[in-house]
Amino acid sequence: MSVQAPSVTPAPVPDASARSGGLARHRNAVAGYAFLAPFLLFYGVFLLYPFALGLWMSLHDWEIVGDFREYIGFMNYVELWDDPYFWEALKRTLQFAAMTAPAATLLGLVLALALQKPLRIYAALRAVFFASNIFSVTVVTLVWAMVLNPDRGLIANGLRAVGLQPIAFLADKDWAMPALMVTSLWWTAGLPMALFLAGLQQIPPEVYEAARLDKASRWAVLRHITLPALARTTLLVVVLQTVMHLQVFGQPLLMTRGGPANSTRPLVQLIYETSFRDWRSGYASAISTVLFVLMFGVALLQFRLSRQEGE
Amino acid sequence: MNRTLTDRLILALVVAFAFVWMMPMLWVLTLSLKPNEELVRSTNGIIPWPRTLEHFATLLRVSLTPRWLLNSVVVAVGMTASTLLLSSLAGYAFARIDFPGRRAVFLLVMAGLMVPEQAILVPLHAMFADWELHNTYFSLIAPRLAGPMGVFLMTQFFKAVPRELEEAAELDNAGRFKIFWSVMLPLSRPALTTLGIFTFLFAWNDFLWPVVTATQPEMYTLSVGLGSLQGNFAMSEGLGFLMASAVFASAPMLILYVVFQRYIVQGIAITGGK
Repeated sequence: MSVQAPSVTPAPVPDASARSGGLARHRNAVAGYAFLAPFLLFYGVFLLYPFALGLWMSLHDWEIVGDFREYIGFMNYVELWDDPYFWEALKRTLQFAAMTAPAATLLGLVLALALQKPLRIYAALRAVFFASNIFSVTVVTLVWAMVLNPDRGLIANGLRAVGLQPIAFLADKDWAMPALMVTSLWWTAGLPMALFLAGLQQIPPEVYEAARLDKASRWAVLRHITLPALARTTLLVVVLQTVMHLQVFGQPLLMTRGGPANSTRPLVQLIYETSFRDWRSGYASAISTVLFVLMFGVALLQFRLSRQEGE
Repeated sequence: MNRTLTDRLILALVVAFAFVWMMPMLWVLTLSLKPNEELVRSTNGIIPWPRTLEHFATLLRVSLTPRWLLNSVVVAVGMTASTLLLSSLAGYAFARIDFPGRRAVFLLVMAGLMVPEQAILVPLHAMFADWELHNTYFSLIAPRLAGPMGVFLMTQFFKAVPRELEEAAELDNAGRFKIFWSVMLPLSRPALTTLGIFTFLFAWNDFLWPVVTATQPEMYTLSVGLGSLQGNFAMSEGLGFLMASAVFASAPMLILYVVFQRYIVQGIAITGGK
């Protein structure tokens, strides 16, 4: 989900044929919608309609299988308010995003700063750090569940080698969440790095040249030139990362199943289980609506902040 | 401290960190090549010895993995080809045709960027259940064609193409579609490549919707299949097999990454990973 895109609209095109009267206008209308029709069909059927249907379902007691559908107004939302599982999942989701997004942003920034030179060795290192991004969530969780395994995992082997007790990271209430965060960081940190590298390339070289002539220290250049120039990129990265990590699903589903003791179940997993395990699709739709509002809020915040900054 | 020395120190640190970064994958690769008798004794070490391809042979012979591979290929190719076609058609209309309501329709489409897949997951499932179309290639592909990101990219790209290139064709009285097909599309190879590779990657790794719509093992994609193995396999018994599955599922993407690295980084950076 890109959050800055909607601000870009096509400028009016001065079309030669548009000036030549009604027939050309009519032809343009037919052509325009003919080109758009295939996409709009899918867009309408598989995005707009289900979005509306989701809101509608959230006002119903709606069973996933069978025909049981009863209009109950805002009862699902009232139930949400008193549902400890919902609050727990909301808390875990916010916790996960609030920890992982800044960590990924910082790691991405540090890597980008360390690897921005155009030499081959740096390019190879950039490729290494970005590579984990291309694996599917099931590959990542399979690999990390094994790495973290207390009996024969990579970390357990290492701990034993230096005489320490292995830890059952994914079964321990205090370790499970950090373990999921590290896994997610490994999976996604290449993206912020790539965005920061793009941001760094946009800083005009003359600025650095001037600093070099002034014999400014490396630290001063970083603090007074590089970091301020990356402010916009940083905002974008933080928002993208936050929105992305609010949607966390595969990692807890496959690595901890939301446990131990519900300590790692995020909203998306709650939606998934409520609808497809407990068959309560109406209630699940109400949770989806909350998640949507949450993500929309973050995007809106970014939009306002970037506007303020532009002024 | 002089600059080159600092640079070298930083480089040394990053190289060490990169090695740690790659460890999990290298280790899993090692496990996938170790015979079972060896795995029972120890999971230590990065260089596999003795090594074997028995796990990969098992994978291809007795499991559903080849079928999942086929499904993944069909879904990824189908989704990529359709996305390219739909996005470039729509992008051309938004960028080049002055039709009434263009601005409003464009805004309506871009608003779709704000709708996360989780918000429509449950209703989509209900729709496909009504149509009795779950567990089909159609259900795996179609909902993913509604995302406006490709349309946005192609609109931006077509707007940047100089108008003169089209006007020459217009003078020849070529029709809209002919101009689009034989002038604009060939020009947009770089944009189509970026979008195409990105879509392929997304399709290959797609998980949330496939795990909901594909409930019969024959219709799993590799990604979903691998997830189901994780749930059903005791960690000890089929460890080598499980690790071989992980390697097998990621190998096509790794090859694609090595060949098209520039486009992949570009595509993911432009779209913010979605």
